[in-house]
Amino acid sequence: MTAGPAAPVLRVEHLTMRFGGLVAVDDLSFAAARGGITALIGPNGAGKTTVFNCITGFYKPTEGRIALAHGDGAIWDEVDTLTDRGTRSLHRGGEALFLLERMPDYLVTQQARVARTFQNIRLFTGMTVFENMLVAQHNTLMVSSGYTLIGVLAPHIYGRAEKAAVEKARYWLEQTDLLERADDPAGDLPYGAQRRLEIARAMCTDPVLLCLDEPAAGLNPRESHQLNELLLSIRREHTTSILLIEHDMSVVMQISDHVVVLDYGVKISDGTPEAVRNDQKVVAAYLGVEDEEVAKVEAEVGL
Amino acid sequence: MAVAAPDTALPHTAARANLAHALKDAAITALISFALLLPLIGFKTVQNMRNELELETRIPLLLAIVAIITAARLFGSLVIEPWRERRALRPHAEDARLTALKTTFANWFTPFAMGFVLVYPLIIMVFFPQGALKWIDNFGIQILIYIMLGWGLNIVVGLAGLLDLGYVAFYAVGSYAYALLAKEFGLSFWILLPLAGILSAFWGVLLGFPVLRLRGDYLAIVTLAFGEIIRLILINWVSFTGGYAGVSGIPRPTLFGIPFNATEQGFAATFGLEFNPIHRTLFLYYVILALGLVTAYVTIRLRQLPVGRAWEALREDEIACRSLGINTTNTKLTAFAMGAMFAGFAGSFFAARQGFISPESFTFLESATILSIVVLGGMGSMIGVAVAAVVMIGGTEIMRELDFLKYIFGNDFDPTQYRMLIFGFAMVLIMIWKPRGLVGTREPSAFYKERRTILGSHVKEGHG
Repeated sequence: MTAGPAAPVLRVEHLTMRFGGLVAVDDLSFAAARGGITALIGPNGAGKTTVFNCITGFYKPTEGRIALAHGDGAIWDEVDTLTDRGTRSLHRGGEALFLLERMPDYLVTQQARVARTFQNIRLFTGMTVFENMLVAQHNTLMVSSGYTLIGVLAPHIYGRAEKAAVEKARYWLEQTDLLERADDPAGDLPYGAQRRLEIARAMCTDPVLLCLDEPAAGLNPRESHQLNELLLSIRREHTTSILLIEHDMSVVMQISDHVVVLDYGVKISDGTPEAVRNDQKVVAAYLGVEDEEVAKVEAEVGL
Repeated sequence: MAVAAPDTALPHTAARANLAHALKDAAITALISFALLLPLIGFKTVQNMRNELELETRIPLLLAIVAIITAARLFGSLVIEPWRERRALRPHAEDARLTALKTTFANWFTPFAMGFVLVYPLIIMVFFPQGALKWIDNFGIQILIYIMLGWGLNIVVGLAGLLDLGYVAFYAVGSYAYALLAKEFGLSFWILLPLAGILSAFWGVLLGFPVLRLRGDYLAIVTLAFGEIIRLILINWVSFTGGYAGVSGIPRPTLFGIPFNATEQGFAATFGLEFNPIHRTLFLYYVILALGLVTAYVTIRLRQLPVGRAWEALREDEIACRSLGINTTNTKLTAFAMGAMFAGFAGSFFAARQGFISPESFTFLESATILSIVVLGGMGSMIGVAVAAVVMIGGTEIMRELDFLKYIFGNDFDPTQYRMLIFGFAMVLIMIWKPRGLVGTREPSAFYKERRTILGSHVKEGHG
């Protein structure tokens, strides 16, 4: 693998996930570009969320390799060394390489710095918006609080350390336009604001890769436009790469640099939004085809 | 039951429909209760002189009870229901004065309660010198032990949302740790207190490991079993724990080595006082008060630290926690360990205060009592748990004192026999009016601009 500006942040290779006899994801390979927005699309039940769960460690894939790199990507040439070594990660200089399929879910976020949101929003509804943002910074704050010991015995030392966390929370609440509601319970927010809060909360973990599972679901056109702006500003101002599942084509086509299309767990297309939009297989998967063309298209698609 | 009748044009028709409905409802109630109570109350088997079973009927009693039930039902649907509906229709304007009063009460309650528990023994000694020992011991110390246990369990159940039905096991571990170590090695109370806490915390982690993957009902069953296992070990490992006989002659705590007895080296002699057993009781009262305050301080601090927030986040949504990089295994284990540690402190104090412990003190009923204190108080609320402990433990104790009821119900009436019944009834009532416990709101652990209380309806109760 050569290093360079286009070196990927995430590489998924030959990912297969079986649930008993059901093959949810079948030999899927794709890469997410550093600093880019990669969209994963496909009809319902195509296996998109399964791919997400494999990447974020919630599922252990049946087969395949999911590698993530920190830094500018020069470390990619070590990926086979790491795979053979059997450990979870490899560090070289300021760079690091992680094999996500070997890590439990919380380490995927804590060490490999992959953050995610959920299709059905998962906020801590009984906690305030501000508290949600602090929970997201748990690991940093845990170190500052001396694993609780300093926090109990010397509250003032911890208080100073907490300031940085508060500042980060404030920054992301401002970015997502939620600062006004900081002290309201998260369960009190309207739906669109809850979606934004989930993104803000995920950003508080300082992710290298942000995985968004249908961030625009249930948003009205104005809100999904705001979402586009937010995602673009994250890409512009931070080093975070974005991987998103989305059904809303206005979001996918406008902001993504690269689109991967899944159908029945198989990748049927991969390319720029423009190329994917004109791909016959994609059109067939989404809209179906005329009866007389079925055989021809099936042969083309390889079914 | 009765249909709302806001239609003013036809008040008579509506009222008549109401009455008819209520009568029908009462008739059905009468039938059901008659059918149910006929075998339960209507018939009674008695043995006659020849040792034969005879069937005796108690129809008048049966009819009287059915009549009472029917009348109550009728009263409910004719008087209480319309009243509730009228109240629901009235605009729900919060009286400004009432709100202000409530805020003042909320602000002053904690400092007042703190001050009160500090001077409580002195008040008792001045005003009730006769029964001072009983009032300080049974009401003061006993309640404070349960407040501490409630606060400990509150960490596990109220904050982390892990339903633990075997909490008394850690209390037992703490008690036996103190009793056995103090008797065998003669170590002092102040060394054994932290040691008992650590031992209990260790057992908390030990219980935590196998139940990490369990949630809700399953977790409750396993913790219940754990509590029973500990108790059965205490009963059956006779050579170690003394079995049913328990451990007696446990060394009592001393004030920096000064024992509370009538000897020359005793507390009274050292300070030139007349010997009085109340000195020890006073000492114990302030020890448990200090322990309780430490528990409160630590819990309040922990809530504002990442670990405490992670507990609450775990109660709200475990999957979201994992997606934010929180190690839920460690978080659950720390919750079990902290909760168990405070039970261990309370247990070693209990052993030191009683001087005698046996497995009888650590039955499931104790776990249930502590859990109901937490639930009644409002899960997660320190003040609520403290008030609930006062109500529950103080309430059961005060039932023993209600001798005046004998004048009403006759000399055979023993109020202590009915205390559980009255108590259960009171709990049902509280759960109807305050389903989220006495304090049904949540105080946020951190705030950006202003502290706003969170309504209980947003807060999840925890299913694991």
